[in-house]
Amino acid sequence: MISYPRWKIALVVIVVLIGVLFAVPNLFGEQSALQFAKDGALLQESDRKSIEQVLADKGVTPNGAFLDQGRLTLRFASTVQQLKARDIVADARPNQYTIALSKASRVPEWMRNLGLNPLKLGLDLSGGVYLVYQVDVQGALKQQLDHHEQDFRASLRNARVPYQDVLVDYATDRVQVLFRDQDSFAKGKAAIIADNRNVSLTDVTVAGAPAVQMQMTPAEIKDREDSAVAQNIVILRNRLNSPELAVSEPQVARQGVDQIAIQLPGLQNSAEVKKILGKTATLEFRMVDENDNPLEAVQTGRVPLGSKLYYTRDKQPVLLKREVVVTGDELTDATFQPNGQDGPAVSVGLDSRGAAKMLKNTQENLGHLMAVVFIDRSREKNAEGVDVDRTTEYVINRATIRGVFSNNFSITGVNPIEGKELALLLRAGGLAAPLTAIEERAIGPTLGEKNIAQGVNAMVFGMLAAFIFMAVYYKVFGLIADIVLAANVVLLTALLSLVGAALTLPGIAAVVLTVGMAVDANILIYERIREELRNGVSPRAAITAGFERAFSAIADSNVTALIAGLVLWLFGAGAVRGFAVVLVLGIATSMFTSLMGSRALVQVIYGGRRKLDRLAI
Amino acid sequence: MEFFHKVTRFPFMNTRKVWYGLSAVLIIGSLVLVGARGLNLGIDFTGGVDVETNFPQDPNIEKLRTALDAAGIANAQVKAFGSARDILVRLPPDPNAKGDQIGARILEVFRTVDPSVHLQSTEVVGPQVGKELFEKGALALAATLVLILIYVLMRFTLKLAGGAILAVLHDPICVVGFFALTQMTFDLTSISAILAVIGYSLNDTVIVFDRVRERARNARKLGIAQVIDDSINQTLSRTIMTKLVTLLVVVALLIFGGETLHGFSAALVIGIIAGTYSSIYISAALALDFGLRTDDLLERKLVKPEEVDGLP
Repeated sequence: MISYPRWKIALVVIVVLIGVLFAVPNLFGEQSALQFAKDGALLQESDRKSIEQVLADKGVTPNGAFLDQGRLTLRFASTVQQLKARDIVADARPNQYTIALSKASRVPEWMRNLGLNPLKLGLDLSGGVYLVYQVDVQGALKQQLDHHEQDFRASLRNARVPYQDVLVDYATDRVQVLFRDQDSFAKGKAAIIADNRNVSLTDVTVAGAPAVQMQMTPAEIKDREDSAVAQNIVILRNRLNSPELAVSEPQVARQGVDQIAIQLPGLQNSAEVKKILGKTATLEFRMVDENDNPLEAVQTGRVPLGSKLYYTRDKQPVLLKREVVVTGDELTDATFQPNGQDGPAVSVGLDSRGAAKMLKNTQENLGHLMAVVFIDRSREKNAEGVDVDRTTEYVINRATIRGVFSNNFSITGVNPIEGKELALLLRAGGLAAPLTAIEERAIGPTLGEKNIAQGVNAMVFGMLAAFIFMAVYYKVFGLIADIVLAANVVLLTALLSLVGAALTLPGIAAVVLTVGMAVDANILIYERIREELRNGVSPRAAITAGFERAFSAIADSNVTALIAGLVLWLFGAGAVRGFAVVLVLGIATSMFTSLMGSRALVQVIYGGRRKLDRLAI
Repeated sequence: MEFFHKVTRFPFMNTRKVWYGLSAVLIIGSLVLVGARGLNLGIDFTGGVDVETNFPQDPNIEKLRTALDAAGIANAQVKAFGSARDILVRLPPDPNAKGDQIGARILEVFRTVDPSVHLQSTEVVGPQVGKELFEKGALALAATLVLILIYVLMRFTLKLAGGAILAVLHDPICVVGFFALTQMTFDLTSISAILAVIGYSLNDTVIVFDRVRERARNARKLGIAQVIDDSINQTLSRTIMTKLVTLLVVVALLIFGGETLHGFSAALVIGIIAGTYSSIYISAALALDFGLRTDDLLERKLVKPEEVDGLP
């Protein structure tokens, strides 16, 4: 009899059973599906019938349809059918629904409720768009410094303290306020401190003039950078989750210091997304200068003091007061109302700061005209390849202030398309720092299916080759290895499903590679057993010695592979990380299965025998 | 079945000059190839645009090129990718290019040649990303080597570790040389493959060294060179069998994995072969030439820690 603790066998059985449980959802597969939604309305049974009728007319029948929380999901037999159906509905019922491509899992409801979910597929397998945005953290810092500059000027103006100048130096991240004399220096410093309690000021002398200086510390700079990236992530997420964009399960994650990676599975046309993601839109509410003639200003080229010349979208000149009533930063909400009292409108919400300013303004200017300036910044490269911020400003709306309001009001005079876009951009808020798309990968759904087919083929044939070889070369022990290898793949699948890591094509390659490496461990053990047998050791002792002595070799060799895998995990992004995750987890499962699993099986087969003359190895 | 029924008695140590020579040829050859031909870097590293299209029947590539030229899309590389129906268009990085637009434009141009063409994928990588990915890749490579060196140093003596690391360095150089020779696209997944090869090819070396250490007590009688020879011969069957099965699996990947995994699996195949060669012929031999003595192996077992502390 060979002794091997019972609890170890039990442990192996339990782990494998749990593994099977978590791996099972992957057997159900996924179906291509379309998700229909209506902005601001729940879909009804009648919508389902109407959509199905439209499809039936064109000869497309969905495999299944269900309504859930006002969203309709239709399942299709193939991606081709899915795409065809989307085009048919989009043509027949233009602008009525937002249609998102998605994958509906066939896993039964009760399993999903237990938290058992299939593997996620990476974009190279599911098809979709991968975008990497660079956050302009320098731009965010500049914004912050400009903000301080304006605040300081405002404080000095309000306190009526004369000053020479406020200098902003972006290179050294500081703002200096220069005064003419010691008296105004003291008063000015007090005024600035009173209004800006969170900044620390130091006294300096600039070109002989007394001055105060605000210097951003490295900690503040890092803080600002982090918050710029974090804010952008929130904003991008918001924009992607808007029903207008129709992306199912978008993923937004920080990558490195100043990059944001976005994954949009199922999406095919990235142009629309990039248009909405890359923009920086904000609003300014300004009072209209009603005393001067804008046409005269255009003709003479002289804009009255305190006013600024703008144009409407149909190129009409408008003179607006220089003071901004409320800016986009103070906006909290914006929703599109297609059927407002005065036609399509965008309902706008303001924060307390903005609300207070708006209240004061509407009280003072009741019956006067207020304009909304739409400022759209997009970042482009000029001929030299240098980033240039292109700003387009235009007046989108002029309306008489009809009542005193503060935190909630409507902008009317927008057409449905612009209103929808404006609401979307405003709701997301102004971007904290300009974004530039620096990497983009779009994989079509047919390529994704081809990749899956090739990956699965490679896996099946690779494993088959290894299985047959092991069975032929090591007989019963080879079959044990095969069972153990299969268990390894099950455990790896379970672990990946549990962790929620997305499986990519390099990930499949890593599965294949770990199968190869798991075979290694078994070979090390069996060769050692054979060697012991050759040296005349009894079969029982050979088994014990084989497993024991091979252990250090297996551990050593796996540790080095693990090091490489972990480094890849840390440094890699995208496809490389997909490979690394599977490699690392695969090494863990293969160590477990070949050391414990295979030992337990050997024990079950040979352990109980009283007489053991030879081993089938 | 058993290929190695009897323990082989190859004189690895006596013939080591020959293997050093072969390795030198491989390494110098690889470096010369890289210098002369360069690597065909993928857009992961160079930045640029890759647009993959699929035609229902074999298109005339020359016609496609002419059509692109006529449409003002200059500097485009057009080539078949995988099958003759899959056409890859590669453009150098263009600061003004917008990814989705270039994909759509190329598709439009191709439609004039064959209206049933469709877009498979578009990849746009900014030049700064390429640089960053390259730096990250190089950093990952360096970090892996250093960490593995530390690990081997912890487990074995300095001389063995030196041999192991030099032998391991040999493998990625051969892989890179192979990429220069075949002009296969060298991209991020190729770097993953190289890192996997480094981690994996050390396996055999470690197994040989494990055996050398295990047999060190015989060294006084037989001499260190003989012990190394015996160790390599005794572990030869497992070294070859493990690599053979892994190769089997990786070759399946090469054949069935499709174009995307082609470079990756090719790198693994070459890396595994080079790794097996270097761990049999090079690593232990180098350790011997670094002056590995029996004492280096026995020291830890024979000398108690207190006595080490007591030494001046």
